[in-house]
Amino acid sequence: MAVLNVNPTRMELTRLKKQLATATRGHKLLKDKRDELMRQFLDTVREAKTLRERFEENMAQVNTDFLAASSVMSKEALDTALLAPKQEVYLEQSVRNVMSVDIPVYKISMRTSDESDIYSYGFASTSFELDDAVRGLSELLPVMLELAEKEKAVKLMADEIEKTRRRVNALEHVLIPRYQETIHFITMKLEENERSSRARLMKVKDMMIKQQLEHKHAHPETL
Amino acid sequence: MVKIAVMGDTESIKGFAALGLDIYPCESDDGAEDLFKKITAADYGIVYVSERLTILLKKDIERLNSRQGISVVPIPGVSGNNGYGTASLKAAVEKAVGSDIIFNK
Repeated sequence: MAVLNVNPTRMELTRLKKQLATATRGHKLLKDKRDELMRQFLDTVREAKTLRERFEENMAQVNTDFLAASSVMSKEALDTALLAPKQEVYLEQSVRNVMSVDIPVYKISMRTSDESDIYSYGFASTSFELDDAVRGLSELLPVMLELAEKEKAVKLMADEIEKTRRRVNALEHVLIPRYQETIHFITMKLEENERSSRARLMKVKDMMIKQQLEHKHAHPETL
Repeated sequence: MVKIAVMGDTESIKGFAALGLDIYPCESDDGAEDLFKKITAADYGIVYVSERLTILLKKDIERLNSRQGISVVPIPGVSGNNGYGTASLKAAVEKAVGSDIIFNK
């Protein structure tokens, strides 16, 4: 692994040590975030899966009812019955924060509170299959809402997990080893410098002693 | 306060009109993309798209669903269920976990 391009000084060493401490702490935090996100993600996916299965099953039933209705009623009659609704649905959106992922929470409100307002037609001219179909669909609406909420949550969490995992891996396998190696490199370099200056001092001292001895031999009378 | 839209072939989505959702019928594949863009630009919180169209609009749907805001949910139409909804959940699991551990049972 590459050592960072830095000057081997004590100041640089302190700076790098601080950075390593920050990186290690960040790594730990991100790892915790990833694990918790994953746990919640798996729960949400399981819920979304059951919801979707339930929804698709019921939707198939509703579609069959609609087909039955359209087979006994003319297309025009069906259109008149359905396409001028009495009811209107409004959606209230809010967000819930799950490990820094903003997950939508939906709540619906109706224009009128009367439940029978979903039947936007007179019962005399329509078939009972249509009533079944519309009732089935209105019962399905809460499921559809929850499904939208969960599926969106699943998508957003999957993206966030991927991002967090990349960050964790980058810290673990690139940044932290790089810091560690650079710190090791600077420590070694500083020790080496210290050893070499000590060796130089010893050498100088030797030379000085030698000089003094020679001086003594040359001029014994000075003693 | 936003609303909910349903997009798909008329037969599949007609019923939602009775409930008070806004329906956008789309019979031909050509106009689907433009219609979808128009819907997502408007004030909607959730857009239900019938599964036949989701294949056509796959790119746009994925782009929107990976962002905050509007959520696009595939629904089966009268012509049946092509499994797009489950497949997209599966893809999300694969993305997050690395391999599919939920649907692969």
